[in-house]
Amino acid sequence: MMATSAPSDSTRLSLMQRFRALGLGRWLVIMMPMLWLAAFFFIPFLVVFKISLAEAMISVPPYSPLIEWDPNNAYATLKVTFGNYLFLFESRFYLDAYLSSLRIAGISTFFALLIGFPIAYLIARSGPTARTVLLSLVILPFWTSFLLRVYAWMALLKKNGLVNDVMMSIGLIDQPLQILQTDFAVYLGIVYTYLPFMILPLYTTLEKMDLSLIEAAQDLGAKPWRAFCLVTLPLAKPGIIAGCMLVFIPAVGEYVIPALLGGSDTLMIGRVLWDEFFLNRDWPLASAVAIVMLIVLVGPIMFMRNGNKEAL
Amino acid sequence: MIKGNSWALKLSAGFGFVFLYAPIIALILYSFNESKLVTVWGGWSLKWYGELFRNEQIMNAAWISLKIALISATLAAVLGTLAGFVLSRMRKFRGKTILSGWVTAPLVMPEVITGLSLLLLFVAMESMFGWPAGRGTTTIVIAHTTFCLAYVAVVVQSRLASLDETLEEAAMDLGAKPVSLFFLITLPLISPAILSGWLLSFTLSLDDLVIASFVSGPGNSTLPMVIFSKVRLGVTPEINALATLMILAVSVAVVAAIVIMRRQNRFQGP
Repeated sequence: MMATSAPSDSTRLSLMQRFRALGLGRWLVIMMPMLWLAAFFFIPFLVVFKISLAEAMISVPPYSPLIEWDPNNAYATLKVTFGNYLFLFESRFYLDAYLSSLRIAGISTFFALLIGFPIAYLIARSGPTARTVLLSLVILPFWTSFLLRVYAWMALLKKNGLVNDVMMSIGLIDQPLQILQTDFAVYLGIVYTYLPFMILPLYTTLEKMDLSLIEAAQDLGAKPWRAFCLVTLPLAKPGIIAGCMLVFIPAVGEYVIPALLGGSDTLMIGRVLWDEFFLNRDWPLASAVAIVMLIVLVGPIMFMRNGNKEAL
Repeated sequence: MIKGNSWALKLSAGFGFVFLYAPIIALILYSFNESKLVTVWGGWSLKWYGELFRNEQIMNAAWISLKIALISATLAAVLGTLAGFVLSRMRKFRGKTILSGWVTAPLVMPEVITGLSLLLLFVAMESMFGWPAGRGTTTIVIAHTTFCLAYVAVVVQSRLASLDETLEEAAMDLGAKPVSLFFLITLPLISPAILSGWLLSFTLSLDDLVIASFVSGPGNSTLPMVIFSKVRLGVTPEINALATLMILAVSVAVVAAIVIMRRQNRFQGP
C-alpha cells in the first residue's frame, strides 16, 4: 500500500496541470458557483450595510435613499447617518439583548457538549453494526423538521403537558410548574434541536482517535478518568471546537425557539431583529442590528474555519 | 486491552438518546388522540389525519413548499457539486479562499441575517433592474438554493477528498478529455454524495421558516409559515398528524439512503 501511495503525489500534480489546459471551460465551472454566491450571499451584506446607514421613512421601500439626486442642478448628495448604530449603543435594551443571546447560546452549547460527548464517544467505540444503527439514530432527528421538533416540546412542557403530569404523578411536585415560556424552555429547545450538530463532528474526530494511546496511558498507571482528561480530551479538541461553533453561532441569532418556547421576557437578538423588521417596519434599524450581530459573530466564524478544517 | 464501554458511559449515552426521541414519540402518539385537548388522552383515532387532508390552507401551502423544495434542491445540487468540485480538485486560483469562505459561512449564518439580507437585496434589485418583480416563489427558490448549495458543496467536497484519485488518473492516461472524465468517472463516483446533498437540500428547503418569511410575498405562504402561524397560538391536533406523516417520510428516506450508501461503499471499498 505504501508503494502505490508514493507516486500518486506526482500524478496528483499532473491531474491538476491537465485541468489547467481546459481554459475557458474551467473558468466557467469556477464562475458559476462563485457568481451565484457573490450575488446572493456576499452582495446582500453590502446592501444591509448600506441600508443600516439610512433613515426609516414611511414610503416604499421604507427607508431614505443614500444618494439624493437633484435633477434640476444635476447635483447629488450623499446622505449617511450613523443614528441607527448610536441608538443601538445608547439603548440598554439592545445591549441586553445581545448579551443575553450570547449567554443563552453559550450555556446551551455547554450542555449540548455535556450530553453529546458520551453519545459520540459510545458510537465511536461501538462495533461496525452498532455504530451504523446508533449513528442513524443521531442523524434521523437532524433530518426531521426543526420547526416540528421545537413544536414537540410545546406539548410536553405545557401546564397540563406530559412533563408536569409525570412529575405530579410520582409526587415530585404538587401543582404544575410553569416551564413553557421560560428561559429554561429556550435552553432545552436549543440543546435539543442542535444536539446532532454537536455529536457528528465529535464522532468524526473520536472515530479517528488511536485507542492504543489510551491503553498506553493506562498501562503507565493513569486512572481512566485521568487518561480521559490527559489523552482523549486534547485529541478530541478539533471536534469539540467544530461542534461548539456549529451550535453556538446559529443559536445566537435563533428566532423560532425563543418565539415558540420562550416567554415575552426572553430577550434574544434574533427575535429583536424580527420584531424590528416585521412589527415596527424599521428596516434601517433591523439592518444595523444585523450588522452588529455579524461583527460579533465574525470572530467565532473565523475561529471555526481556521481551527479545524479537518473536523468539518 | 481496554475494557468494554463502562456502564456510566452507556447510561449517559442512553439518557441522551431518550432525550432525542421522547418528544418525537410523544408527538406521534398525540396525533392519534381522539380528544381536541391534545394532551388529554381520549382514545385512539385517525380523525385528525382526515381533518388535515380537508384543511385547504395546509394542503395549498404543502404544495407550494414541495414545488420550491424540488426546484431549489435541484439547483443547489448542480451549483453545490460544481463548488465542491472546484474546491477539492482545482489547483489554487485567486479567489479560492473566498469561495471556500462563502461556502462554509452560510452553514452557520443565523437565519434572520440571511433572510433580511436577501430581502433587502431583492428590494434593491427590483428598484434598479425591475427584477424580481415582487416577491414570491422565485425569490424563495433563490434564497433556498443559496443556503442549500453550501450543504451540497460540503458533502461533495468531503466525498471527493476521501476518493482515490487513481481512477480519474487512469482515465486521463487512457486519453479521456476532462469533460468526459468528469461525466464518465468522477460524477458516477460522487453520485451518492450528490444524492444525499440533494435530499438534505430538499428537507432543509421544506423546513425553512425564517428565510422564507422574509423573502416571500403575499399569497405565497409556505408550509412552515402556515405551521408556525398555527402553533404560535398553541398545540393543534392537525399539526401533530402532519408532523407524524413528515417524520415517517423522513425516516423511510433516511433508512433507504443509509442502505444505499452502505451498498455503494461495499462495491467501491472503504
